[in-house]
Amino acid sequence: MKLAILGAGAVGRSVADLAGEYDHAVTALADSTSAAVDPDGIDVADALARKDESGRVGADAPADALDAEYDALVEATPTTLDDAQPGFGHVRTALERDRHVVLANKGPVAERYDELRDLERDSEGSVRFEATVGGAIPVLSTIDDYGPGKITAARGVLNGTANFVLSRMAAEGLGYEHVLAEAQDLGVAEADPSFDVNGTDAALKCAILANVLNDGGYSLADAEVEGIADLPGNALELAAEDGRTVRLIGEATPDGVRVGPRLVPQNGTLAVTGTRNIVQLETDHAGRLNLSGRGAGGPETATAVLADVNRLSK
Amino acid sequence: MSDDASTTPRAYTVRLELVDEPGELLRALEPIADNGGNLLSILHERGSLTPRGHIPVEVDLECPPGRFDTIVSALRDAGVNVIQAGAERYGESVTLLLVGHVVETDLSETLSAIESESDAQVTDLSLSAPGGTSDVSSARLRLDAETGKTAEVVAAVREVAERKQLKVVEPLTELEGAA
Repeated sequence: MKLAILGAGAVGRSVADLAGEYDHAVTALADSTSAAVDPDGIDVADALARKDESGRVGADAPADALDAEYDALVEATPTTLDDAQPGFGHVRTALERDRHVVLANKGPVAERYDELRDLERDSEGSVRFEATVGGAIPVLSTIDDYGPGKITAARGVLNGTANFVLSRMAAEGLGYEHVLAEAQDLGVAEADPSFDVNGTDAALKCAILANVLNDGGYSLADAEVEGIADLPGNALELAAEDGRTVRLIGEATPDGVRVGPRLVPQNGTLAVTGTRNIVQLETDHAGRLNLSGRGAGGPETATAVLADVNRLSK
Repeated sequence: MSDDASTTPRAYTVRLELVDEPGELLRALEPIADNGGNLLSILHERGSLTPRGHIPVEVDLECPPGRFDTIVSALRDAGVNVIQAGAERYGESVTLLLVGHVVETDLSETLSAIESESDAQVTDLSLSAPGGTSDVSSARLRLDAETGKTAEVVAAVREVAERKQLKVVEPLTELEGAA
């Protein structure tokens, strides 16, 4: 397949980098200020080297990538809330051109799911977004395979940064600020970690899960969200004395979407450590399914994106 | 309101000691049924003996609160040794954390408010206030609640906590290991 990749951050770069391994050609790659476009396939290594040197991937304008020749548009620009722009506009353009779309950007499916599905219905192209929930973990495709109607609820640890902070605080008895600074030094937390630690990122993923399980109707505004920023270390100590620990748990259940710090058994399934993610699905006929793995990172997320591309080419 | 409270059946536990003789268990159960009690379960550990050589039996029953004393009296009148009655009407417990100015917002009042608004009992309390009582501290509470009422209890705790601007870390209600 021919891929146009919008966004040249960790995910967009990894998709471009790995596409060849999956026998796909990258016909366009764009960042926020420039683009490299070639109907026969751009030289990815060249474009990425240029990005490192000059901050631009090529001589073309970003809009040229959207107009380029491609079978699937990979939308990997930063997630935005509310109207989810410019990501949503990119998806619209591609669908109106009857092209497929693979999203790594959570905004359009978390905030404007119903509109997106309407656009998809009028298009020859289809939209896939495995990478938006749980990184490399095949959560959405599992739901798809089982049938959303056969799954009653989904819950889990969906933000690696928050989980790293909580598990470090619990294991080392360290304070929140100290662990957060450590996470930033390690590159686990971003310079502005508010999206992760205030629960927004996990809530977006849960809104997406709720949309998939209920065929739409949810956005971030429907979620009850609480973060971990004001949690003192002694709360984790008290939990540990009783064989428990605290994890930032996201839920998409028939009661709605909810994200917040919760007490869970210390050695239980949901108490994953470090940046690991886990999703539990409650199935009608097969009990509980636990899916865990790496929930973030360039190559991990790109793996989910390229799995979607492969599904489209079948 | 008071009518409802006295006629709605509630679960109670009575612990009895029986002599190891034929017909003893039946003799102990009859006064319960005869006085309007509905038997829920009987734990009859024939192998384990009390220091006095009696057999401990735990009976869970359901009856309107007004009838429970009658049942206990009837058991005693029938010569059954009732060692504990009604003290364990709570079938489930919830553990949660309160975080914030737990001490300064009058912890004692917080606990009473939770008990009176949720019909639960605080059975364990652990407090950590490393920065002194005026700093942000944490408390771990275990609340015993009637079976099936834990969600109501958690909701009541949330309300009390909100009033006092405390943060609640709730348990994930879904029990682990059920899969």
